[in-house]
Formats: sequence, structure tokens, C-alpha cells
Amino acid sequence: MLNPDLKLNQNLFEATVEKKATREGFGEALIELGETNPNVVVLTADLSESTKVEGFAKKFPERFYQVGVAEQNLVSIAAGLGISGKIAFATSYAVFSPGKNWETVRTTIAYNQSNVKIAGHHSGIMTGPDGATHQSLEDIALTRVLPGMTVFSPCDAIEAKKATLEAAKINGPVYLRFTREKTPVITTEQTPFDNQIQTFWTSEKPKVTIFATGYLLYQALLAARSLAEQNIPVLVANVATVKPCDEDTIVELARESGKVVTVEDHQVAGGMGSMIAEILAKKRPTPIKFIGMQDAFGESGKSLELVRKFQMDEKAIEEAVKNFS
Amino acid sequence: MISDLSEEKLKDLELKANQARQLVIEMLLEAGSGHTAGSLGMADIFTAFYFHILKHDPKNPAWLDRDRLILSNGHICPIRYATMAMSGYFPVEELKTLRKLGSRLQGHPHRTSLPGLETTSGPLGEGISQGIGIALAAKLDKKDYQVYVLTSDGEHEEGNIWEAAMFAGKNKLSNLTQVIDRNFIQIDGDTENVMPLEPFKAKYEAFNWHVLEIDGHNIREFIDAIGQAHGIADKPTVIIANTIPGKGVSFMEKDCLWHGKAPNAEEAKKAMEELKAQQAEIEQE
Repeated sequence: MLNPDLKLNQNLFEATVEKKATREGFGEALIELGETNPNVVVLTADLSESTKVEGFAKKFPERFYQVGVAEQNLVSIAAGLGISGKIAFATSYAVFSPGKNWETVRTTIAYNQSNVKIAGHHSGIMTGPDGATHQSLEDIALTRVLPGMTVFSPCDAIEAKKATLEAAKINGPVYLRFTREKTPVITTEQTPFDNQIQTFWTSEKPKVTIFATGYLLYQALLAARSLAEQNIPVLVANVATVKPCDEDTIVELARESGKVVTVEDHQVAGGMGSMIAEILAKKRPTPIKFIGMQDAFGESGKSLELVRKFQMDEKAIEEAVKNFS
Repeated sequence: MISDLSEEKLKDLELKANQARQLVIEMLLEAGSGHTAGSLGMADIFTAFYFHILKHDPKNPAWLDRDRLILSNGHICPIRYATMAMSGYFPVEELKTLRKLGSRLQGHPHRTSLPGLETTSGPLGEGISQGIGIALAAKLDKKDYQVYVLTSDGEHEEGNIWEAAMFAGKNKLSNLTQVIDRNFIQIDGDTENVMPLEPFKAKYEAFNWHVLEIDGHNIREFIDAIGQAHGIADKPTVIIANTIPGKGVSFMEKDCLWHGKAPNAEEAKKAMEELKAQQAEIEQE
């Protein structure tokens, strides 16, 4: 059942469930930050509408910088601002930032310990019709290997807003991963957001723990509900903070269930699932299945068609659990 | 006024530049690796910065109103370390730790290792952009410090440089001054063979920068150019400083083999003899 302690959206499984893109939550948080903190500045690389920074730009034009289609410049200007007392949010699509400009992020933000928040938009195959060139499936891997980088991958618009506000409080580099499409709102304002992994779906004597990150958490919850109807109890945990990771909870949940499935709209190599596997291999070796992109590129299509085709949907998660012998 | 410079002060700066070159040779011999030619070539400019141009306080390197000196082509950090030590940021003795385990003097400069460094650098093309960020912060904070960015000519093959040049020109960042070490060498040879940069001046003019060109070994000319840059209110300024790589050591000058090489004991001895002879000449002037 849905964990009552987390005050999740009660309409979650209704057809009328509210849908909102995580990038919307980001845009709202920026305006709030602009109002409360004069040191917050925002930069974009010719993507102010789709990265949802238009609102900030209109309200605080003196703290908004348009750098043009130039992603290396985007993050290195942000790095200069971030070492000069500013909290700099640099926004683009994840394939370009931290994709195209990765070494610049590594040197001028991560190693330089600059107070920059990199907002990577249009992550995952969920980006849909634009095709594989614009579907970032590597950004978690690219950012989590950088020392000192915090990595947030929020599950819905409300959590995205909280993650953005939290990012501003961290004095150092942060990566924020966002999705283009509107997705179900899973949490509420009252749901806690911190570095701890929260169990969104609880069961007695669970057979498997499903760790999910980003909007696919919803597919994992659908799978859990369906499995419960078939008397297969599972846990579903939300990994909103990929780094620094909550090792204790990961080990505890793996111990409780004895088997693990990870779910992410990202390459299975190097992503959230790899992070879980690294910890379990070290602290409590546990059988594990990885749902995500299996070393392939995406293609054009409707978002949910792609999620189905590449087997990251409710059915694929359910099958992975049932076939776990 | 920056441009007020007595003959006596000029002579003192020339002696200091010579001393900095000697320290570079000693450091690189001790380190066993590093970039000699560019470090020697920029000795006059670094000396002018640390001992005349910069508003700074070596005992309080985090002073908020200090001028910012950003080294984009981080590989020539030996000359920065030498002039920083000479001006009191850390003991001159520490120069011997360059590139060694546990040293604050990393092979390429790292901001959080050594107070007084403004950025981490080494990977090329990233300095102007960071300087832009710092210059924008100065404007937001209504601070009047100057932001100086040192780049190299070979580094201008990086796309990031031109992304930054466009932005600074468009935004009329008059508190930003770039100094380019125009020494015509890079690892694989002559810059004009590897990838031509000329007409260099016209390129920057087209990007809406105020462009000055000077002899990078004429300290007075360089200081005058900085003074002029301060007077330009509606554009960033770039000073193309023509320098001789390896300047001061005859067998290193204009030889791209010395771009990324350190002298051995014998070469260092010869180099020091030449530099000491130059020191005696300046002292006798």
C-alpha cells in the first residue's frame, strides 16, 4: 500500500490524477528563489521557454543571462558567478549540458568547487518525438562520477520544486534532472524531501524492493499495485537523491526483501541502478535486475510508446519482479 | 594612475622580472617537468601585474575588493607561482614543491589548493568565460574591481574562447580586460601552420572588443595599455602582447620544443648564467 506517513497524492491511481512536468516545478522554484535570495542568478543557452526560466527572466532581468547556443560558455560563465558569491542556475537540455560541455563542468564547476546548479532538461527517452539525439540517457552517469557533485532526480513537479529549493541551500555543485512531458503528481507539499530514500509503497514480507528514480517511479507504483492484487508483496523506494546516496536505507531495504529491481529512464550502465549495485556489492551482495536503457539509443515516437517499447513501463517492471526466481 | 611609472620603478620591475625568470628555471629543474617557454615569455607581464597593476593584498588573498587575475592557459603557472611568492602570498622556498606530492602548487593551478588563485585552469579555453562570470558578479554587487584574463594564442583554437568573446562584446563588459600571450608557438609547432589566427586583431574588433597590440617585453608599454583599457567604458579590451617564448634564455627562445619541457641540470646552469648576466646589465644601467 501507499506509505501513509509520506502524505502522498490520494488520487494517484485515479484516471483524473493531476499531471505536470517536473520542469514546471523547477520554474516555480526559481521565481520563489529570485524573490527570497538576491544572489540567485539564472543562465540559459537559447532555451528559456523549454527550460522554464522565462518567469524568472521577466521578473528579474538584471539577474538573468542569455548566452546563446553555447553550452561551454554557459557553464563556465556560471562557474565564474558561482565563485563570486552567486548561486548560479545554468539551464539547457541534458544532452548538451552536462553532455556536450562535460569537461568544462568537470574543471570549472566540480574541481573548481563553484556554486553552480546545472539543470538538465529533456532527460530520457520520455523526450519522445525529437528522437535519440535529444534523449539524454547518460547524464546521471556523467554527473555522479564527479567528486562533490550532488545529483537530484525528482519524481514529479512538486518534488522537482523542493529539489530546486534544496539545491540553492547547498554551497557547491548540484545536478538537477528534469523531464519534458507532463507526468502524474505523486507527492504533496507535505511529503518529506531530504537525502533519505523514502519507501513509497510498503508491504509485509516483501519479495522484491524496486528502487525507482524520476517519473518512472509512477510506473513502479502501478506495478506494485498490480502485484499486490496477485499477492506478490514488494517495496517501492524513491531515489530522488542519487548522490550522495543513502547507503544505509539501500542496504536495509535489500536485506528486507532479498532481491532488487532498479528502474530509471537512463542507460543501465553508470546510472542509478549501477549506484545501487555498487553499494550492495560492497555491503550486502543481492540479486538485482536493471530496468532502463539496455545499451541502445532511443528513437522518435510518443513518450509512453517509447517507455513501453524499451521496456521501462509498468508491465516490464511487473514481469521483472515475477520472473525473479 | 596606473601609467605613472618612474624610471626607477621601471628598473625595479625589470629586475623583478629577471628574478622571476631565474625562479622559473630553478622550479622547473627541481620539478623535472613543466612548461618553460610560456612561463619565461610572460615574466614581464606577470611582474607588471603583481608589482604595479593589481589592487591586491597578498596577506588577505580573499579580500572582496581585490582585482581578479585569471590565468586561462594554466600550464604557464610556474611564472604565476614565482611572482606570487615574490609578492608575499607564500614563502619563495615553497616554489621547490611544484608538481610534487602534497604540494599546494599543482602542475596546473587549482583554486582551492592555493589562496590567491582565482580559478582552476589547464584545460584550455575556459578562462574568459569565468572572467565574464566574475565581471557580471562585480556589476551586480556594484564593485569596481577589474577582471584581467590571461590567455594564450594557441588557446584561441578552442570554440569556448569565441563563445566568450561574443558574449563579452555583446554585453559591453568594460570591467574585463584580456591579455593574449601572442608567442606564435603551440605544442605541434607554429600557430599559423597548425591553425592560422590572423588577422587576429580584426577578429576581436569584429567581436566588438577594443583592441591594443603591444610588445609584451616592454613593461612600460604594457602598463600604458592597461591604463588605456581602464579608460574604455563601453567595451571589453583585449591586449595582444607579442612575446618571445623562452625569453631571456637564448637556446629556448622561439623553439616550440620548449613549450612543455623542463631543463635538465646542464641546461638550467646555462640558462641561469644567461639570466644572471642580464641581471648585471640591468643593475648597471
